[in-house]
Amino acid sequence: MRDIIRFENIYVNGGSSVVGKTEAKGPLARYFDLCEEDEYFGKDSWEKAESEMTRRTLEKLFAKAHISPEDLDLICGGDLLNQCVASSFGVKEFGVPFLGLYGACSTFAEAVICASMFIKGGGAGRVAVCASSHFCSAEKQYRFPLEYGGQRTPTAQNTVTGCGALLLSGEPSDIRVADAMTGRIVDAGITDANNMGAAMAKAAADTLTRYFESSGMKPSDFDIVATGDLGREGYEICTELLKDSLPGLTDKYTDCGMLIYDLEKQDVHCGGSGCGCSAVVTAAYFLDKLTKGDASNVLLLSTGALMNPNTVLQGQSICGIAHAVHFERGTK
Amino acid sequence: MDYLKAFLVGGAFCLIAQIFIDKTAVTGARILVSYVVAGVALTGIGAYKYVVDFGGAGATVPIVGFGYTLAEATKAAVDEKGLLGALTGGLSGTSAGIAAAVVFAFIWALIFKSRQK
Amino acid sequence: MSIPCIKKEANAKNLTGDVMNNENYKKYAADRAKRSASALNCTKAFAVGGLICCLGQALSNLFISLGAGEKDAGTLVSVSLIFLGGLLTGIGVFDKIGKFAGAGTLVPITGFANAIAAPAIENKTEGFINGVCTKMFVIAGPVIVFGTLASAVYGVIYYVLTQVAQ
Repeated sequence: MRDIIRFENIYVNGGSSVVGKTEAKGPLARYFDLCEEDEYFGKDSWEKAESEMTRRTLEKLFAKAHISPEDLDLICGGDLLNQCVASSFGVKEFGVPFLGLYGACSTFAEAVICASMFIKGGGAGRVAVCASSHFCSAEKQYRFPLEYGGQRTPTAQNTVTGCGALLLSGEPSDIRVADAMTGRIVDAGITDANNMGAAMAKAAADTLTRYFESSGMKPSDFDIVATGDLGREGYEICTELLKDSLPGLTDKYTDCGMLIYDLEKQDVHCGGSGCGCSAVVTAAYFLDKLTKGDASNVLLLSTGALMNPNTVLQGQSICGIAHAVHFERGTK
Repeated sequence: MDYLKAFLVGGAFCLIAQIFIDKTAVTGARILVSYVVAGVALTGIGAYKYVVDFGGAGATVPIVGFGYTLAEATKAAVDEKGLLGALTGGLSGTSAGIAAAVVFAFIWALIFKSRQK
Repeated sequence: MSIPCIKKEANAKNLTGDVMNNENYKKYAADRAKRSASALNCTKAFAVGGLICCLGQALSNLFISLGAGEKDAGTLVSVSLIFLGGLLTGIGVFDKIGKFAGAGTLVPITGFANAIAAPAIENKTEGFINGVCTKMFVIAGPVIVFGTLASAVYGVIYYVLTQVAQ
């Protein structure tokens, strides 16, 4: 099995993030480019709202990087909606070649890996990656109508309303994509759709183990090792699974789903989830830390739960997947 | 006194359901289905009438009461029309509730828009 | 640098046996997620459910005092509560009460009204025929199906018993 993919000259030339009102009340609010109070984003349906959020995120990315859509060779992006519509409808007006990706909530890292490979292989010079999720469209598709009066279990998570984007190219900058590892599908046998953390934790542990085995690095080489959206439940499970085999991990390990909300004050159960979770935390918070030099090495593991409402009703287990991307500051 | 009884009986039905939800992670839809079927069965064996006599609205307002109405109406219809009543009774007896839910829901959908809280 | 949220001591439960084995892992995850019926949730459900039934009782007394028969009063109570439950759903209050009260709002007929009104409102964006009407029974449908089934079965049994008795 091919394991780690090393990149030489893939740089991060910018990032942008747009979030909703719940995220704007969270501890990372000041890092986001735009916090939208209107959950409809000025549109008339949740699906259109999510597409508009993606469109605005890319627009912001172009503005911050002083480029226009014509300067782009490719957009790699994805979301959680059926047939990946939020991303494809969101980017259509830019007229840029587009690859729609689906890796459940691991989509952001998947997009970064694909984009980096495209640049490495010479298939594209400058690529934008994005991933989005919207609380309302996700609830509508996967759970209950918003007005339905039900209680959720404590292990449940709150889908992040947010879209994060990065601009990648071969043009040198302070931050580069150093290496990456594609995750394997891990079926842990979990069938409870309200316990995604447990379903994905084993996949995260699998990729982390493989990554540190084949990269020759140790957790202490990183400033931050962050899983995408395990939430508190999955975070704790992952910590327990690895506490003997990866010593020192706990000192560096965090989870985007726990960073984005204040778990004590906000009613979000175990934390954030969704494609947008690791996307906005990376594009806003981690990128800020890397840019300012507060962190030099960040390992992002976007975690995804592979399922759909029908497979859950059929009692099929929810599989997990986790892709790793290593962002490194300024060695070139 | 009526109110106290209604409170206790109605509250007890909710309490039992809450224990099931908390302990077994059973979904709301399953609870409702079980309660309706239990209502029909308890009425069928003649037990639920006593609960209604004692609890008043506390026994008829919970969804178990929907089962009670279904069964009572079915019984009356069978007495009147024979076997055909097994089909006509239930829905006739509960028609007001179902029609109200449908008609009102349509009106609410006309007026209101979904929002995030 | 310090990263927020990092907990040095994760809420460690002792891992016994090979957790990487799926059977063990499932049990381990289920044990972690297992919880007992919380006294607070149960009290809230009991209180709110009881209060809704009291409201029903008050309405029933009111309709009877206005001259309705006992049976009609019962029907009117159901209709009124369905109206109220749907209205509270529409103005976005019901889900908040539901989150607080759990089974306390689910079990009374108000929960039935909510289960029909909520998908109707949410799916308005897909049009009235294919959105509102198609999705209206997506949650409450099973209640009507099973209620009708149970009453039909009961009707047949009751019919057979009365025939045998004669």
